[in-house]
Amino acid sequence: MIAVIDYGAGNIQSVVKAFEHIGCDCAVTDNPDVLSDADAAVMPGVGSFGDAMDNLRTRGFERPIEDFIESGKPFLGICLGMQILFGGSEESPGVRGLDIFKGEIRRIPPGADACGARLKIPHIGWNSLSIEKPGALFQDLADKPFVYFVHSYYLCATEDIVTARTDYGVPVDAAVQKGNIYACQFHPEKSGDIGIQMLKNFKRICKEGN
Amino acid sequence: MHAKRIIPCLDIKDGRVVKGTNFVGLRDAGDPVETAVEYNKQRADELVLLDITASSDARGIMTDIVRRVADSIFIPFTVGGGIRTLDDFTDILRAGADKVSVNSAALQNPELIREAAYKFGSQCVVVAMDAKRKQDGGWTLYLNVGRIDTGMDALEWAKKVESLGAGEILLTSMDCDGVKKGYDNELNAAVSSTVSIPVIASGGAGELSHFYDALTKGRADAVLAASLFHFGEITIPQLKEYLHGRGIPVRNM
Repeated sequence: MIAVIDYGAGNIQSVVKAFEHIGCDCAVTDNPDVLSDADAAVMPGVGSFGDAMDNLRTRGFERPIEDFIESGKPFLGICLGMQILFGGSEESPGVRGLDIFKGEIRRIPPGADACGARLKIPHIGWNSLSIEKPGALFQDLADKPFVYFVHSYYLCATEDIVTARTDYGVPVDAAVQKGNIYACQFHPEKSGDIGIQMLKNFKRICKEGN
Repeated sequence: MHAKRIIPCLDIKDGRVVKGTNFVGLRDAGDPVETAVEYNKQRADELVLLDITASSDARGIMTDIVRRVADSIFIPFTVGGGIRTLDDFTDILRAGADKVSVNSAALQNPELIREAAYKFGSQCVVVAMDAKRKQDGGWTLYLNVGRIDTGMDALEWAKKVESLGAGEILLTSMDCDGVKKGYDNELNAAVSSTVSIPVIASGGAGELSHFYDALTKGRADAVLAASLFHFGEITIPQLKEYLHGRGIPVRNM
């Protein structure tokens, strides 16, 4: 069973539907105790960094997530669920994240696109990945796969965990991995066939390990 | 490489795609779920489902369609038409839509945008604007599918919805819609330069070059069309190949 952590942020339903589509058994839960029975955990999330951390702490998830990650079972953070694995964000100054990874979450700066028009913020839409470290999550993908992003803040990791980058005026760290912890800025559950393939890869990781 | 988005729009009345489609192989050319699946196969980047049912009795039908579309395709989709309250947002998002588009209700009660953005996040609040050219220049906004002139300036409203927390603008030109002579790119460029959120151009596409113009001259971030795609006058793969050939970044050729 994959536990989908419900801390009151965003559209959890689409993550669940995508996992169910590939035959995974999901349990959406706002109860941290459920994590100890799960084979894998997914932390989705749309919303603001500060709210997300408030909600996680109010529901008592902080320590159980750390314990889960230490257990070595597969963990997947998506979008804001990736950002809160870091220590803090320009979005919510003073709010401490889970601080599992080292890096900064910064506001996307103004820039221009390939057609010379101003880059819009949020970064909404399809962008191509350059895979920096092919790993289990990226198996059987096309070269430079397009995935779906929706975010206004982006990751600059300061440790060697980045597995994929994209470009949106600035280089954006789009996916990270360290051991059993996988996380991505984009939404695999909304990235069509490519995203479904990544979720299938995660399912395989759950069964067979990294 | 950030891609420009191609978005087919399904106008839905009483649970059916208005005027249907002529896709080969669909069991039911007017079924919104089958149509959505077909567009996913064609590699549309996103979908818009617009409920144009006049009566509110049909709300449940639309929610059911949204649920079935969300079970069937794994690309983003926006749902609009008749959205009036925060509860409407909740119903549609819970059914599995990624974004909700709001039009008349936002003009009548702009606070709805702020409340929805606060509760669900800006990324799922799309404000649809129906704009029409004024004789003395500029554009005003229309209500109820272009029947009532609000007298409100389109650019002022665009700025306002951005400040209230809208995440995207779906901009339809009342002058160009259905005419197939091209988008109103002065309008598109004016709105797109006024705000820093993405703008989806709508109304007027009739040939391939119209899409290119909207994305370049019109500075649009995405282009939307309906019957042109439904009847295969232009297909999504054909359009993507054309745009790619002219140097526009698109997803998955």
